[in-house]
Amino acid sequence: MIGSVIVIGAGIVGASCARSLAIRGIDVTVVDRSTAVSATTAGGEGNLLVSDKAPGPELTMALHAAALWPRLALELAQELGSFPHMEYEQKGGLVVATTEAGASPLVKFATVQRDAGVQADELTLVDALRLEPDLNPAITAAVFYPQDSQIQPVIAAEALLASARRHGARVLQNAPITGAVLSADGSIVGVTTPTETLRADAVVIAAGPWSGEVARTLGVALPVHPRRGVVLVTSRMRHRVFHKVYDADYVGAVGSDDAALQTSSVVESTAAGTVLIGSSRQQIGFDASMRTEVMAELAAKALRLFPFLADHQVMRAYGGFRPFMPDHLPLVGPDHRLPGLWHATGHEGAGIGLAPVTGDMIAAMMAGTEPELDVAPYSPARASLAPYLTEVA
Amino acid sequence: MTQVLIIGAGPAGLAAAQSARRAGAEVILLDSSDSLGGQYWRHLPESRPARKEAMLHHGWARFQSLATELVSDPGCEIISRAHVWAIETGERPTVHAVIGESDGRDRKRISFHPTALIIATGAYDRTLPFPGWDLPGVFTAGAAQALAKGERLAVGQRVVVAGAGPFLLPVTQSLAAAGSRVVAVLEANRAIPLMRGWLPKAWQLLPAASKGLELAGYAAGHIRHRIPYLLGRTVIAANGTTAVESVTTARLDRDWVPIPGTEKTIPVDAVCVSHSFTPRLELALAAGCQLTPDRFVQVDRRQETTIPGVFAAGEVTGIGGVDLSLAEGSIAGRYAAGASGTNPTLERKRAVFSGFAARIEAAHGIRGGWPAWLTESTTICRCEEVSYGSLCATSQTTDSSSLRSLKLSTRAGLGICQGRICGRTIEDLLARQTPGGALTDGSVSDRRPIAIPIRMGELASPPEAHSEHPPTPAKTSAVAQRLHEREHHD
Amino acid sequence: MASRLIPFREDPIHPSEPTPVTITFDGQPLSGVAGQSIAGVIMANERLGFRRTSVHDAPRGVFCGIGVCFDCLVVVDGVEDVRACQRRASDGDTVTTQHHHGPEGEGS
Repeated sequence: MIGSVIVIGAGIVGASCARSLAIRGIDVTVVDRSTAVSATTAGGEGNLLVSDKAPGPELTMALHAAALWPRLALELAQELGSFPHMEYEQKGGLVVATTEAGASPLVKFATVQRDAGVQADELTLVDALRLEPDLNPAITAAVFYPQDSQIQPVIAAEALLASARRHGARVLQNAPITGAVLSADGSIVGVTTPTETLRADAVVIAAGPWSGEVARTLGVALPVHPRRGVVLVTSRMRHRVFHKVYDADYVGAVGSDDAALQTSSVVESTAAGTVLIGSSRQQIGFDASMRTEVMAELAAKALRLFPFLADHQVMRAYGGFRPFMPDHLPLVGPDHRLPGLWHATGHEGAGIGLAPVTGDMIAAMMAGTEPELDVAPYSPARASLAPYLTEVA
Repeated sequence: MTQVLIIGAGPAGLAAAQSARRAGAEVILLDSSDSLGGQYWRHLPESRPARKEAMLHHGWARFQSLATELVSDPGCEIISRAHVWAIETGERPTVHAVIGESDGRDRKRISFHPTALIIATGAYDRTLPFPGWDLPGVFTAGAAQALAKGERLAVGQRVVVAGAGPFLLPVTQSLAAAGSRVVAVLEANRAIPLMRGWLPKAWQLLPAASKGLELAGYAAGHIRHRIPYLLGRTVIAANGTTAVESVTTARLDRDWVPIPGTEKTIPVDAVCVSHSFTPRLELALAAGCQLTPDRFVQVDRRQETTIPGVFAAGEVTGIGGVDLSLAEGSIAGRYAAGASGTNPTLERKRAVFSGFAARIEAAHGIRGGWPAWLTESTTICRCEEVSYGSLCATSQTTDSSSLRSLKLSTRAGLGICQGRICGRTIEDLLARQTPGGALTDGSVSDRRPIAIPIRMGELASPPEAHSEHPPTPAKTSAVAQRLHEREHHD
Repeated sequence: MASRLIPFREDPIHPSEPTPVTITFDGQPLSGVAGQSIAGVIMANERLGFRRTSVHDAPRGVFCGIGVCFDCLVVVDGVEDVRACQRRASDGDTVTTQHHHGPEGEGS
């Protein structure tokens, strides 16, 4: 019986786990090496997407997430009362091919996704331009995904954390993990920080791209690595982009193993009136320096989708690190090598969207109830991950 | 040959350029304006020559001589209207600029890869928020100066100047010389803190006598125009509907908490307020430089920052006025050019004026009680219209100690000014709301990887690498000619 | 009343006679002096507020005067986000108020 849990990491995934557990009456302590909601979550765009996922376990999670988020957003708003607005909006995603070669792969991909339960509507150019009048008319194919949604990721995470607190969770900040506390039978029963020892029945690593480091500190190897991303933000303008709009090469970039810079255009407006422009992927460790070539490439690709942006001001650029898994699937479930250790990490660029489903899965598994989806594909014990794991030291 | 790139053509940058040239380096001097002088020597454009312009300035002859020397020097390439929007780190920093009008479009992108870099980006007013400060007609003290000196525009006819520090005095003088009636100058600090700051070991100030004379000139101006200079009082509200119509002032205690019952209303059509200064740090931070505990660029006695080959001089290293900026610039220029050995004269000058700067801070610094004059609805972030009440409420409901998270939850600091006006204020106010009294995520408002907005089309176009060859001598002869003419008219 | 360009004959620094410059602001012709910033021309014509904010529709004009506050934004010849205090007025500039509502409302 798991009556108490330590959640390592106070980003959106850790916050979701904390809330899902605390609501079930489980004693939760969230520990973060810095302040809550200040790392990967704070660098997120707020994408809740099905459009970029091929049929498979990640898409399964995303479809659950698409149904869960609107209910959750309402629940949190009602529970918390006066709280900053999470800006949940089911605005829909428009994926467009910008080359001749890209047209039929996009349409084929949409067909395959439709078979897996995704709403994907192939549009004529006229219909695409009706949805997005300022879109470059030289597109070769367009598919609309009504289920794609947007949220303000920091506010959502803070809301989940606030809710967790209301249900009794404690949040310890500026407390890095220094080691594991093991019981006589070799299971993990707690963690140490520079100032205290925390004990619980289970420990969940939800530390995003730092999960590998944390796991190492606790005695196991975890192949989670950082994948750098940069976002450009324009100044406020009249609303001219109405949905999430992506270049169809986005899927390729997400699924790539290439460490070199991959960019694929993602453009959307925010409630504040700015336009966010992504997306870039690079495996450069935790190098947070801003590179103008990355920004320039993002700008150039955005202009291919929306030429009108050329005269608009880029006022800000920020970056973050996604948690990258070598087999491209989130890691959710108990660690078969170390009893008591659990994982809720490795969501790459989908962490914001998939966080609440992850939290519910962890809570269900820990409480011994039936999770809403089959958890096996996300397990640390899955075959595709085996080559990347080594035994407990 | 050593190539020194200098960002900022105010006193520090000009002195650095002169000094680097004299030490034998090639110099590229960048400034976002179309003329030299920075804020301190902001002057009328060439299209409006004025016989007695020197009257408006302190050290005009020094400026003229610096500018003339540099403009006519083929080894000093001056690139005006150069807007540095990014600096990338590497073995040597790469400086990215667009050349053209401010907020232009389709401007040329250039990248520089100098041997040494001198950051002389200066500072600007820090104006604390108060109810009504976002009304038209409320200006920073610097705005009044810039408009008076740069275009001979008086921001108002019946003006109150308020805030803290000796800068209020030259601003008053500029306003008077532009035809405004300055109804009162209000210094927030009371007599005792001022004396404690200025008087101890007063003999140390003697070498700064020129500074003493400068202040006396302002004081004399006050007497001539009969402008009351009131201590321990400030503007706690600006009132009006579409523009300011009056201000409410109050006496302050030693901590700047308004004393109830001391409020007075003064009808005005403009109010100019400055409580302190904020250094322009984004480029130094982009270059990787470390900051001092009081958040200026950290430099050693050679004016070199923590990044080898990157130097800094002027207000960006500490608020100290023009003489300190000139001394620091001269020192930075020498060492950036690769000179060795010391220059005792320059270093003595720097020491004297540093002492002066320390006293200014001791006498006139911001005291902690000022939020007492805020109301729930006072705008704190002007760009995003975030109120004091909203900041406090979000801080409480999220229980956050993270500046990054709180900015994203409140939108404070996320607008187009990117926290230049509100950043340090937001940090102060939010820190007070945390249980521990501090924001601990480690982010700072001063960090702006995109240092100045750039058009998406400009960003997307590839930069031209600035060549290493010396520039053609004929480039700025027209400017040199005008300066020469001007000199002979004084 | 309020902001005012000091007439060159009254100016103690004895400037030479200025060349006039004319811009239009929201369709109205405004005269100023060559070399002035757009903000200066607007203010010389006694307008202190020339932008409206997005959330509260509040009037704004020049605040810092040196290009750091971005309050004085105007649209010049169709290009937005131009700091009026940093842009010299050219004869014939077409300047309009910049005002953006959020996505919920109508644009400018």
